[in-house]
Amino acid sequence: MSQPLTQLEPRPGQGAGGGHAVAHEPVFVGATRTELESLFSKYPTRQACLLPALWMVQRERGWISEPAMAEVAKVLALTTAFVKGVVTFYTMYHTHPVGRHFIQVCTTSPCGLCGAEDTVRALLEATGCRELGATSPDGRFTVIEVECLGACGFPTPILVDDDFIESVTPERVAKILEGYP
Amino acid sequence: MGFPHPSHPRETVVLSKHFGDAGARSYQGWVERGGYAGLRQALGMVPDEVTNAVKESGLRGRGGAGFPTGLKWSFMPKPSGKPHYLVCNADESEPGTFKDREIMRWTPHALIEGCAIASYAIGAHTCYIYIRGEFTEPLRIMEDAVAEAYANGALGPNVLSSGKRIDMVLHRGAGAYICGEETGLMNSLEGKRGNPRIKPPFPAQAGVFGLPTTVNNVETLAAVPHIIVRGAAWYKGLVMGSPKSPGTKLISVCGHVQKPGNYEITLGFPMKDLVFELAGGMRPGRTLKAVIPGGSSVPIMSAAEVENCPTDYENIQANGSMLGSGGMIVMDDSTDMVYQIWRLARFYAHESCAQCTQCREGTAWTTKILERILAGKGKEEDLDLLLDLSEQMTGKTICVLSDSCAAPVVSGIQKFRSEFEAYISKARKPALVAV
Repeated sequence: MSQPLTQLEPRPGQGAGGGHAVAHEPVFVGATRTELESLFSKYPTRQACLLPALWMVQRERGWISEPAMAEVAKVLALTTAFVKGVVTFYTMYHTHPVGRHFIQVCTTSPCGLCGAEDTVRALLEATGCRELGATSPDGRFTVIEVECLGACGFPTPILVDDDFIESVTPERVAKILEGYP
Repeated sequence: MGFPHPSHPRETVVLSKHFGDAGARSYQGWVERGGYAGLRQALGMVPDEVTNAVKESGLRGRGGAGFPTGLKWSFMPKPSGKPHYLVCNADESEPGTFKDREIMRWTPHALIEGCAIASYAIGAHTCYIYIRGEFTEPLRIMEDAVAEAYANGALGPNVLSSGKRIDMVLHRGAGAYICGEETGLMNSLEGKRGNPRIKPPFPAQAGVFGLPTTVNNVETLAAVPHIIVRGAAWYKGLVMGSPKSPGTKLISVCGHVQKPGNYEITLGFPMKDLVFELAGGMRPGRTLKAVIPGGSSVPIMSAAEVENCPTDYENIQANGSMLGSGGMIVMDDSTDMVYQIWRLARFYAHESCAQCTQCREGTAWTTKILERILAGKGKEEDLDLLLDLSEQMTGKTICVLSDSCAAPVVSGIQKFRSEFEAYISKARKPALVAV
């Protein structure tokens, strides 16, 4: 008999990505600004650059704070409320700081049939994250469960940061984590 | 070929010929393997001739709906000075499906070439390829390939010296199943929440940025160069079942089979052989219980229904399900159907965009009822309630996400009712802690 895997929204962890109280340093200055502006000609509207802009914020800061949303809104001539609505619609944008390494595990049916829940438990144990969505006390990892990663023939796929790793079994977990200090 | 497995002699290897062959990833490598001949040939034709060739080939959309591709292209208005767009749907996220990922990982130029031909046919100067955010590796490979295609003049202001302009932009999604629905995808591309739109207007009239748009799946577009080079008649002749379902199809087989992978079949290939011969059959000592043949959104087929079913659009439909995206989820006799159906319902509840009440409430309520059944707290009337609820979730919403949640629930109760009843009567121990 198992407890259904329930998940918290990723929450602030120790030592990860800064806190809410820190003053916002603008993201879109210098090279990042140039990078964003280089996208403008690829789309007929500025608004279409919203998802790419949010990816840039997350790449630079690790997560997307409210002041960062306000900055994006200003740069793209949108309202902060609209930007927040978009940020919170998509599961891959972090609205809180997360661990140094962010682990996403697929547990949707095809992977579930092949033992994904065991892989989740092994990851939670090995990382010291007590529950899904929480960050480990050392700030190193956050583990979340995600819906279908689109690699169902290679159960269980996980994403560690931007590294897509196939066929992860509980036995492989310790070795994989060694690569993410 | 059934990557990561060697090609099986009964496969019809067209799109998957170079899976596992890293040399096919570069522009030069692709040209050496016959690549870009289709684009060159298409650019020498009138755009309508290209559309007609695709129409005659019988190619149908490989993303799930199976709509005739050439017909879709022909809905695009004639050039009027307004921009036209091609959008490639690379947001592959239907549980059980992992074919587009392999096309992009191994043969990125096949997709670029297909996109360029389609753009030319529909009069689009810009093609957006919307890749799901989780596909980090396919995205990197596609970025390199697009840059190389530009550097070699296969994209840009003068495609293969034809004087035609075609630009290609890769757009990364950010995690939302619903963005695989074409109108949700277009909203996402515009920088909005990925809420599906009411149709009409259809994309060909008012698509992305309000302009005429065609949205095609990765596998559909990757098949186009082959049709141009080898001819519509060749493609149309690839038939093992219904003549309305010609061509090859990548079938992603996963779950309880010994050799999961992508197998490329001529449509109409016996489903039983696909599962037992190509994908290696069940694990030792296990027997087949059920197959979800077209990604998780289609009705579940029992082992008996799989027995004599050709794998194509018409025959799977005749057997009560759908070919969909060709993501085949195989379940053996160890499977707890109630648990798996609950897990699927939870998927849809998580992925509902929450625009429509029937879907927002229905997917969550369905999940909750199944959860209590699994926890040993089900009531006798729960099965009727689930069926009633599913009926309210079918054909009543902007998109088909809630229909997709209802499909496995209804077919699951019809075909595996005793398993539900065993939980309700407490003949079976609870599988979940009460919640």
